Amino acid sequence: MIRFILRRLLQVIPVFLGTTLLVYYMVFALPGDPIAALFGDRQPPQAVIDTLRSQYHLDQPFWVQYGLFLKNLFTFNLGNDFTGQPIAASLARVFPVTAMLAVEALAIQAIFGVAFGVFAGLRRGGWFDSTVLVASLVVIAVPTFVLGFVFQLVFGVKLGWAKPTVGANADWVTLLLPAVVLGLVSFAYVLRLTRASVSENMNADYVRTATAKGLSRPRVVLAHILRNSLIPVVTYLGANLGGLMGGAIVTEGIFNVPGVGNKLYQAVLRSEGPTIVSIVSVLVLVFVVANLLVDLLYAWLDPRIRYDQ
Amino acid sequence: MRFTRTSKALGIVAIAALALTGCGGGGSTGGSSTAAGDPNKVITAYSNEPQNPLLPANTNEVYGGRVVNLLFEGLRSYDANGKAVNALADSIESSDAQNWTIKVKQGQKFTNGEAITAKTFVDSWNFAANSKNLQNNGFFFESIAGYDDVSAVNSVKGADGKTTTTPAPKADTMSGLQATDDSTITVKLAQPEADWSLRLGYSAFYPLPSAALADPKTYGENPVGNGPYKFEKQGSWVHDQSITLVKNADYKGTREAKNGGVTFKFYTDPGPAYTDLQSDNLDITDVLPSNALKTYVNDFPDRNATKAVATDSTLNIPGYNPNFQGEAGKLRRQALSYAINREEIAKVVFNGTRTPAKAFAPPVIDGFKEGIKGSEVLNFDPAKAKDLWAQADKIQPYDASKPLQIASNTDGGNKEWIDAVANGFKNNLGIQAEIQPFAKFAEVLNLRKSQQLPGLTRAGWQGDYPSLYNFLGPVWATGASSNYEKYSNPEFDKLLKEGLAAKSTDEANAKFNQAQEILFQDLPGLPLWDQARPIVWSNNIVKAETGWNGEILYYGITAK
Repeated sequence: MIRFILRRLLQVIPVFLGTTLLVYYMVFALPGDPIAALFGDRQPPQAVIDTLRSQYHLDQPFWVQYGLFLKNLFTFNLGNDFTGQPIAASLARVFPVTAMLAVEALAIQAIFGVAFGVFAGLRRGGWFDSTVLVASLVVIAVPTFVLGFVFQLVFGVKLGWAKPTVGANADWVTLLLPAVVLGLVSFAYVLRLTRASVSENMNADYVRTATAKGLSRPRVVLAHILRNSLIPVVTYLGANLGGLMGGAIVTEGIFNVPGVGNKLYQAVLRSEGPTIVSIVSVLVLVFVVANLLVDLLYAWLDPRIRYDQ
Repeated sequence: MRFTRTSKALGIVAIAALALTGCGGGGSTGGSSTAAGDPNKVITAYSNEPQNPLLPANTNEVYGGRVVNLLFEGLRSYDANGKAVNALADSIESSDAQNWTIKVKQGQKFTNGEAITAKTFVDSWNFAANSKNLQNNGFFFESIAGYDDVSAVNSVKGADGKTTTTPAPKADTMSGLQATDDSTITVKLAQPEADWSLRLGYSAFYPLPSAALADPKTYGENPVGNGPYKFEKQGSWVHDQSITLVKNADYKGTREAKNGGVTFKFYTDPGPAYTDLQSDNLDITDVLPSNALKTYVNDFPDRNATKAVATDSTLNIPGYNPNFQGEAGKLRRQALSYAINREEIAKVVFNGTRTPAKAFAPPVIDGFKEGIKGSEVLNFDPAKAKDLWAQADKIQPYDASKPLQIASNTDGGNKEWIDAVANGFKNNLGIQAEIQPFAKFAEVLNLRKSQQLPGLTRAGWQGDYPSLYNFLGPVWATGASSNYEKYSNPEFDKLLKEGLAAKSTDEANAKFNQAQEILFQDLPGLPLWDQARPIVWSNNIVKAETGWNGEILYYGITAK
């Protein structure tokens, strides 16, 4: 078990170097001088531009820039972004917000997706199953940004139930609307995965045995059917967490959430290599850890799975 | 609309449930609050993260600029129409437009209690001009004698052929700038400049407390000023989220705040801000999403205003393009100008938020003159355009091997009007024309600076201070800081210089308008349109308006 975890953590190193190198190079290759772009039509004195350029090592060749970035990273000093703000501080501001959003969205997906999926799967072909199947198909078919705008308009503007945007001081309540939008598409997938899995396991031998033993219906459903049906769902949710953390750019944009997506978007606009790669580095870690947790969950869900030979 | 936390939470849970079952359903909305008028109410305004620490001489973008302008009061300020009026100055006098005497009001203080005297201004200006302090607006002091020494730089050519410029000031103070006593500043300019005093309301000339000069970076996070507003507390600037200002009760001046404060909420996109305004979750914005330009009047009846802004937009024609050189080039430039239907594009593409340009400076500026000799090229005249183009072809045939490209970044809603202009060229001149799109402004700027754009390019200029010169000098004078296409005409430069040396503003403006005649002959750029800035506000606000440069006059807003 410990060896398994260690081995998995060691894999982070090549993944990490590869992604940061790739992303850093892509930002480096973007055309245009990012420092000059900060100022638009009204350029400051050349000395200001040149000083900033050397301060951010933009006058150095690619390998030197990347090397300096790595060095900074391992000394836990991420440096400053182009507005002179420490990158570490802005990461510390945006990640908790997005983490809240992601956890909320993940909870919505997991709780509602699994619950609805189980009900639909148990009464396959029933009215609930049919309704939910059609509804989830609609949700999957509609792009996130359309859902975002519609929800914002209906619940934020017309009905006034929620604030249409999040803005400063994001908390669980203000983040709920974007979390619903963010979680909705994956909710539909979780629901369908659970439903398929449950209806398949319902006819399994061990379920018949459990019922024959005289176990109560809830016990059969929760301990036998559900537990065995969760493996594909957990895999999906784990992979999804990374996506929720990094892929919320559209949702964060629509709801003005001061999170990772918005920061990343602005950093890309400004060609701020160090900021972009710092964010990506954290996302890589999130991805790796989430996948590791999924793998560990497998063993709990299905004791037949063992990690050490 | 106000809700208690619980009711809101319950509401949202209901939303979630509804949404997840895929059912719809009506719901009752809460009653909107109809609180009575309140001079202490804090209003919320659209903004974005300032790009620099909030030092006036370092702030040259709009989002930092609007905060700085509320935090500080300078020797002069600009009223809503762009007229410069004395603020901290009792008088500003000069007999020869070169030697100026400024009397500073006594008894003025920063909000930290530090007194503002003539020396405060002198120190602040020397700080801003000094090249080692790397202030973005340092060049605003270039007219003062001794600026060259204070702002001196060292340029070294590296092995790769690139020049690197580093600060190397030869003096700490400008020789032409003195505080003779607590209330008197004497300024000697390097050459006479009649409109110099107009600049004194610009943010670069604001006074700074001593803490700012000692540690600008720390100070810029929590600036202390002397203006109508002050920071609510240390750390009022929450990065990437908001800045909260409250009324400065000690401020006595023309811009006294009529509300309790302003919270600038940061948005990375104007879309969500517009939605927030529709539900009174934000009080005012000056940036509308482009798809709202057609609808904002209906969405916000009686809650919108549109006012002309001091900006210029031109289509610049680089002199290095062989098609546009010599006599033939001159005729072709005129032909291009005649081939643009400014009236129609302003109406159809911009929904009337722009009007056709009449000169190289916007009408809101003092001294603006309509009907300058040569300005008839701004009319739409396809027959004349065709004729001029044909004449040019007789002198030197047009190289039509490549289409005529118009370079622009396409992220700012520029594509639509450029397509319209290009179609005008196609239909009226029979040449191929198209947009040369760039994802980002920086790319265009780089190519403009290095003179590599194959065709025309879009250019825009927003005035720093309301003066005719500010729309001509920095953009078209030989070697000027924003003259990227490197236009140069000694006659134009001479007229500008004469205008600056004039004894009165009227005399100066006459010279500047004469200089515009040269621009109309040469047409280094084609003036396109003058802008109006639409703003909309929420039900929490009685009325709002913008100033000469399009900035909302936040201090004049009364909350309901």
